[in-house]
This record gives sequence, C-alpha cells and structure tokens, in this order.
Amino acid sequence: MGEFITFPELLIWLPLIAGLLSFMLKKEGAAWTVSFVFSLAILAVSAASLFYTDPKFLAYNNVNYYYPNNIGNTFFVGLDGTSRILTFLTALVYPLIFLSIKKDEYKNASSFYGLLMLSQCGIMGVFVALDALLFYIFWEVALIPIYFLCSKWGGERRVQATFKFFVYTFAGSLLMLVGIIYVYLHTPPKVFENGTQTLHSFSYAAFSNAGLSAGDQSWLFWLFFVAFAIKMPVFPLHTWQPDVYDQANGPATMVLSGVMVKMGLFGVLRWLLPLFPEAVGKYNHLVIVIAIIGILYASLIAIRQDNLKRLVAYSSIAHIGLMCASIFALNITSMEGMMLQMFNHGVNVIGLWIVLDIIEKKTGAKKISDLTGIAHKAPVLTIFLFVIAMANIALPLTNAFPGELLMFTGLFEANPWFAAISGLGIVFVAIYILNLVQKVFYGETNTLTAAINDIGFSQKLSLAIIVVVIFAIGIYPQPILNLAKESVPVILGKLGM
Amino acid sequence: MNAIVVSAFMGILMMFTGAFVKNRAVPRYLAIAGAILLFLANAIELKQGQPLFHINIYDMLKTSSYSLGFLAVMIGCLILLFLLSGEDIERVGHDVGEYFALIFFVMCGVAICATFNTLLFLFLGIEILSIPLYILTGSNKRNLLSIEAALKYFLMGSFSTGLLLMGIAMVYGGTPNASFYIASIDVGNTATSPFIIIGLILMLVAISFKVSAAPFHFWAPDVYDGAPTVFTSFMSTIVKVAGFLAFIRLFENSFGAIHKDWQKLIVVITIATLFIGNITAIFQQSVKRMLAYSSIAQAGFMMLALFALNDRAKEGMVLYAAAYSIAAIGLFGIVSRMNEFTISDFNGLGKTHPVVAFTATIFLLSLTGIPLTAGFQSKLYMLTSVVENSNQVWLVIVAVIFSAISAYYYFRVIQAMYFKEPNTEDPVELWNINGWFKSVLILLAILTIIIGIYPEWILGWLYYW
Repeated sequence: MGEFITFPELLIWLPLIAGLLSFMLKKEGAAWTVSFVFSLAILAVSAASLFYTDPKFLAYNNVNYYYPNNIGNTFFVGLDGTSRILTFLTALVYPLIFLSIKKDEYKNASSFYGLLMLSQCGIMGVFVALDALLFYIFWEVALIPIYFLCSKWGGERRVQATFKFFVYTFAGSLLMLVGIIYVYLHTPPKVFENGTQTLHSFSYAAFSNAGLSAGDQSWLFWLFFVAFAIKMPVFPLHTWQPDVYDQANGPATMVLSGVMVKMGLFGVLRWLLPLFPEAVGKYNHLVIVIAIIGILYASLIAIRQDNLKRLVAYSSIAHIGLMCASIFALNITSMEGMMLQMFNHGVNVIGLWIVLDIIEKKTGAKKISDLTGIAHKAPVLTIFLFVIAMANIALPLTNAFPGELLMFTGLFEANPWFAAISGLGIVFVAIYILNLVQKVFYGETNTLTAAINDIGFSQKLSLAIIVVVIFAIGIYPQPILNLAKESVPVILGKLGM
Repeated sequence: MNAIVVSAFMGILMMFTGAFVKNRAVPRYLAIAGAILLFLANAIELKQGQPLFHINIYDMLKTSSYSLGFLAVMIGCLILLFLLSGEDIERVGHDVGEYFALIFFVMCGVAICATFNTLLFLFLGIEILSIPLYILTGSNKRNLLSIEAALKYFLMGSFSTGLLLMGIAMVYGGTPNASFYIASIDVGNTATSPFIIIGLILMLVAISFKVSAAPFHFWAPDVYDGAPTVFTSFMSTIVKVAGFLAFIRLFENSFGAIHKDWQKLIVVITIATLFIGNITAIFQQSVKRMLAYSSIAQAGFMMLALFALNDRAKEGMVLYAAAYSIAAIGLFGIVSRMNEFTISDFNGLGKTHPVVAFTATIFLLSLTGIPLTAGFQSKLYMLTSVVENSNQVWLVIVAVIFSAISAYYYFRVIQAMYFKEPNTEDPVELWNINGWFKSVLILLAILTIIIGIYPEWILGWLYYW
C-alpha cells in the first residue's frame, strides 16, 4: 500500500472526490448516498491507520512529494499520535452528521453535501500537513466551503454572521502567514533529491530547527497564537462564534464546533509549541490566565442564556478555554488529558448539536423559554440527550470524566490556583446543562411541543453510536491515551522538558 | 525587439482594415490572429536569445529573458482579453479597426517599456503607450462621462509627461559624461548629485502617475469608470503592469545603488496607495468603480516589488501581473456584458448564470488572495521578498491587514451572487452570454488555479537564458 498511496493522502483525496461527485449528481438522494458511503470509507481508512502506528510502517503514514520549485515547498503529509486522534475524530463525525440529516430537506442538497465533504478535505489536510505552506493552504481552504455552507443555508442573519467569522479568521491567518514567511526565511537551505537546491524550505523539520532568537520568538508567538486563538476561539477573540452557531444550519455548526475549532488547538500543539519554545516558556502563564478568564466569562453568560444555540456556543468556549489552558500547563498529564478531551468534546458537542437541530426542525423554536415537556413526546430523544448532557458535565463513566480529571491534575501541578479557579467552570457547566435538560425536556408540554413525534431510525442510530462512544471511552480511554502518549513526549521534548 | 516591430506592423494593418473591410467581425479575427503572432514573435526571441530583425539600434534597447518573459505574460493576457471581450470592442462604436489598431500601438509602447536601455526610449515607450489610451478612453463619443474621462486623463497624463521629461533632463544633467544610457547614470559612491536626486523624485512621481499609485491616483477612478469597460479592462491590467515593469527596470538599473534611500519614499507611496484604494473601494456601490479602486489597491501591493527589488520580488511581480490581469480581465469582461453594474445587479447571478457566477467567484477569490488561486502565490512572493530584503515585518503586517480589508468588498459581490435572490421586477440582463464567452471564462479560471498551484510554470521562463 505504501508504495502506491498512503493513509494521509487517502484522507485528503477521498473527501475531495466525494465532494466533486456530489456536486455533479443532480439527484439529491444519490448525492446523499455517495457522500455517506465515501464518509464511511474515510472512516474505515482512518480506523485502519490506527493499527499502523508502529515506526516500521512509516511508508504507510508519511509521504513527501517534491517537485523542483523556487520557493522550496513540498507536498509533505504524515500521521502521528495527535493527527491520528483528530483525523479519526473528523472521520467519525461525518457519517454521524450524514445519518442525522438523512430525512431533512435542503435546497440544492447536492451542493450542500458536496460542500460538507469539501470541508472535510480541508480539515483533514490541516491535520496531516507537515509542510508549513501546505498547512497554511489547507487552513484557509477549509474555510471556503464552510463559508458557503453557513452563508447559503441557515437563519436570517446568516450572511452577516458568517462574514464576520470569515473576516476574523482570514485576518488571523494572514498574520500567521507573516509569521510563516519570517520563520521560513530563517530556515537552512534545502537540497532536493534531484540535486536542485533552494535557500530555504517550509518543511516541519526545518521550521522546528530554525534557530530563532528569543526576541523574534516573542512576537512570532503572538502572530501565530492570534490565528489559532480566533479559530478555537479564546476570549476575547470569540465574538464571532455565538452569532455563527446561532445563524448557521445544523450540519455546518456540527462541523464547526466538532472539528474545526480543534484546528486551533492542533495548530498550537503542532506548530506553536515546537517552533517557539522560549516564547512559550515566557508567555504560558499569561495564556492560561486569558483562557481561564474566558472559561468564567463564557460560563456565566451561558447560565443567563435563553437561546439554546448560543448556550451551547458559550459552553463550547468554556470547554475549549479549559483545553487551551491545559496545553499551556506544559506537563504530560495535562497534555494527555487535553488530547483525550479534544476527541471527547468533538463527539459530545456533535451529539448535543444533533439533538438541538432535531428540536429546532421539529418545533421551529430555539429558546429555552419556548420549549417544555419534550420528554413526554420524544422519550428516546430524551434518553440520548440525558447521556450526552451528563457527558458534557463530565460525570464518571462518561468519556469527558477521564479527560477533565487529567487536565485538572495537570493544571494543579502547574499551579493549584489555576485548577481551583477553572474548576469553577465545571460547577457552572452543571448549572446550565441541568437547567437546559430540566426546562426543555421535563414539565408539561405546550402548544409548540405537543405535536412533535419521536426521532426516526437514522437519527436514533447516529445518537446511539455517540452514546456508545461516550461510554466506551468513559470506561476504557486507553486507546486514545496511547495515541496521545506517542506525541506528548515529542512536543515536550522540543520544549526542553 | 520582435514584439515592437510586429505590434507596430499589426497596428498599421488594423488601421487599413477599417477602410477596406466592410464586415465588422473581420477586424476582431484579424486582431486575435495578430495577438497570437505577436506572442509567437516574442516567444521566438525568448527562445533564440536574439531578434529576427537585425537593426543597429546602438544598444538603446536591451532585452533579458526576464523582460521578454514578462512581456510574454502581458501579450498572453492581451490574447485572453481579445478572446473574451473582442465582441465588446466591436460594440463600442463604428471604428472597430481603429480600436484594435490603437491597442496594438499601446502594445508597441509596452514592448518598448519592457526593453528600453536609455532614458529617451523610456520616454518614447511611455508616450507611445499613453497617447492611444487617451483616444480609447474617449472612444464612446455619445457618453459624456467617457469624454470627460478622456480629457481628464489627457490633462493629467500630459502633466506627468512633463514631470518625466523634467526628471530625465535633470538626471541627464547630473550624469558626468552626458549619456542617456540608464546603466551609466552615476549615483555616486558617497554623495549623490542633487540633480540626480531631484530627477529621481520627478521620475518616481511621473511613473507613479502612470501606475495610479497614491497620492497620484486621482485620475484613475474617474477614467476607469468613464472609459468603455473593455478598455478599462485593458488599461487597468496590461498597461498598468507595463508601467510597473518600466518602473522596476529603470530603478533597478539606474538607481539600484541608492536603493536604501528612495526605498523610504516607496514605503510612503505603498501605504498611501493601499490605504486609499482599499478604504475607498469599500464604499462603492458600482462594481465597475469598485474594481477601479481595487486596481489602485492592487497597485499598492505591486509597489512592494519596488520596495524589495530582489529576485523574488521580480518573480513576484510577474506572478502578480498574471494573477491580477487574468482575474481583472475576467471580471471586467463580465461587467461589460451587463447594462447596469451596481452590486445589487449581481443578486442571484449564481442561479441565473451559474458559470458566470462561479468563474467570477474564482476571480474574486484570486484578487483576495485565497490559497490555490494565482492571487495567493503572487502575494506570498511579494510578502516574502519584502521580509527577505529588509526584515521590515511591520510593512508586511500593514499589507496583510489591507488584504484582509479587501476581502470585505470582494466578498460583497460573492454574497450578492450566491446568497441574495434575483430581482424579479427588474431583472438585470446579460447580453450575449454564449458558449464561447463561457468557455473563455472557464479557461481564465483554470489558468488562475494552475498558476495558484504551480507558479513555476510561468517563472521558469524568466530564467530561460
């Protein structure tokens, strides 16, 4: 296999082919089937790649195509522990999304499914790229299908909300591009296999050995961090997120909050930490403080939030803030917990969005105060939601528990105060999630909720898979932790720890 | 050299077709054939390293594979312009042959600008390039705006010509052995003569006029807006880019030694151009006028090549020329087929004309600088060259911030095309969107993507010899 094609290439090209095919198919049912089948195939590829982690399978996991060029970039992609976790998450959530929207009707559904698959192509590319320019290209290209998805289908103010998101991320990524160019010009010369030579190169190895001075690192750190922080998003760069989640259509929101926000965290792990070790040592406490402010701020707003989608948006900001803080705690425990939690958060938040999307489509309402008593009419949905809600609170036996436990232990190691204050966030999560479950699902039905019926088979299936994953990882998180163990020492090693 | 002779010959030939041929379509076909001939002639010179015509010009023209490669890009864009908008040139007025003739004369000036080796030829090139443009701008005789634009352009243009001549005279006076050759200008090892400095500034101002760099851009929006759209397309792409080539050749060869000194002036001009172009473009309702301002903004980006003036900047300039010209020719081509062109007239174009809207989106993404399009590669080369030259990261950050701002007005058109419903009461009509027009648009879009993925395809020619 490694001779012909490698895992990361398949993960990039399969979604691209699926997306283009889906665009060409006029029949909407056929487009759905093609996208769904391809997303299953991608899941299979991604799952298979998990069994080839041994270094002797390097030829299956890494590939570096080079062509002589003036600037020294190559098509260099590869899988390691971190990217395996995230590519597997990405591969896992797309079939679930497709299952949950099987019965829904979208205008121009073929383009809708096509854009979804194209966004998967860009996201996969971000996670596997080992060439800085390639990383940047995928980073921006992933944005374009999402831009069209969110602007074309969704609420009334979707165009403005999405455009705000686009400008935020575009400005952030351009700043990162400036940083990339600066680091690039400090890399050593590169000799290609056919003998041509370029003065500099974009390869990951060259970038992490660029030998930047401490002074350069300290401003380059912020150029990169702003781009990643906008994507995550971290307070105070989060203002695009509630608007977009509120206005965009369900599947696009799932992609955004499930996998796209992980691009920011991934960027920190893959590029920021190894490139600027001295600056990281200098600023890590500052970043943790910013992240913790974000956790408290977002949680407090979530408690007072009446709009379901905005509530989940703020809750997501709080969760991501915790992950961001634990990266910068810079110890093995917190980082492993954070990697586990990246996966868990992706699964849990998509479960939550599927439920909310179903409710919104059934009732047309997205305010907590308008909804009540859904449990009477849709008991199956309620059971699923209950499990997912518990996972969001990180109850033992659910997947988020081991993740958050490790993260807090790590934060405590760094500074007990960090753990104590960010721990308040956990209390707040319980308040607003339980409040949501209680008000929306229990109580008497009203005119809006009296007429709804329970969910269909495909929706049951996708939610059931999520619940299974929640319990499976909650009881036995080891497989994902093993993947994390592969990467964490490498990253900390680059930081000299 | 080949290009100068062939384009002058084609210009004369086209003039006569107006007199002898009754069929209005014939000049167009002849012009396309002529443009291809021009391209081939230039390619032969690039390939062989010497011109077909052996005329003793006393070294007053000097070719390099860079300038010929650059010229090839411009002639290639001319072919694309003819293929896409040839019919729009016919529609401007009666004298079809003459429009094409004037365009070929402009190309003659462009070719001289690409190869001049003395200040006299620089002046000749810029004048041969400018005078036909004054006529083309006013060619829509029934439109007052067009005439106003032509007059304005002529007055401003003559003013800048005066400055250029003054600058040339100053530099000539400051050169000890009284020579017009650009390489023999003596900038001095320690102290530069004041004549040279004043001459340099005057020439800088004059050429900034020609490439519409702020604060010498005032003519540009009105002229670009008033001229027939197809000629705006020609002026704001190929001709503007030729101005930059002349700029680079002159300042690199004659004033390269004191680059660090005049670089500071370029910084001021760059930032002013980026600021005025981008900020004013935001407020435009007419897409044509928005494109006019955006072409000022893009000129600001191209000024970065003069700031850096190293190999990568020169490569970036060629890429920028190709990327920007292709995208702008496509967009102006679409605009010229619309009766009205405010942003709201683009509403719902994605539904009514999917191919047009899709290709327009690619052009707009390229102008914004999104990866996988030519615009990204050219911006990448430009920004890299600036950091390489001087480590002036702040200037790069200013440039990318304006680039982010430019997303605002480019994406407004995309939003109108895809996310707004078509106007049902007063539907906008696009005339003559036939299969040919669509195929050329798709060709332009494919070129944009190819350059975006593999820019070496063009850059390889610059180092042919």
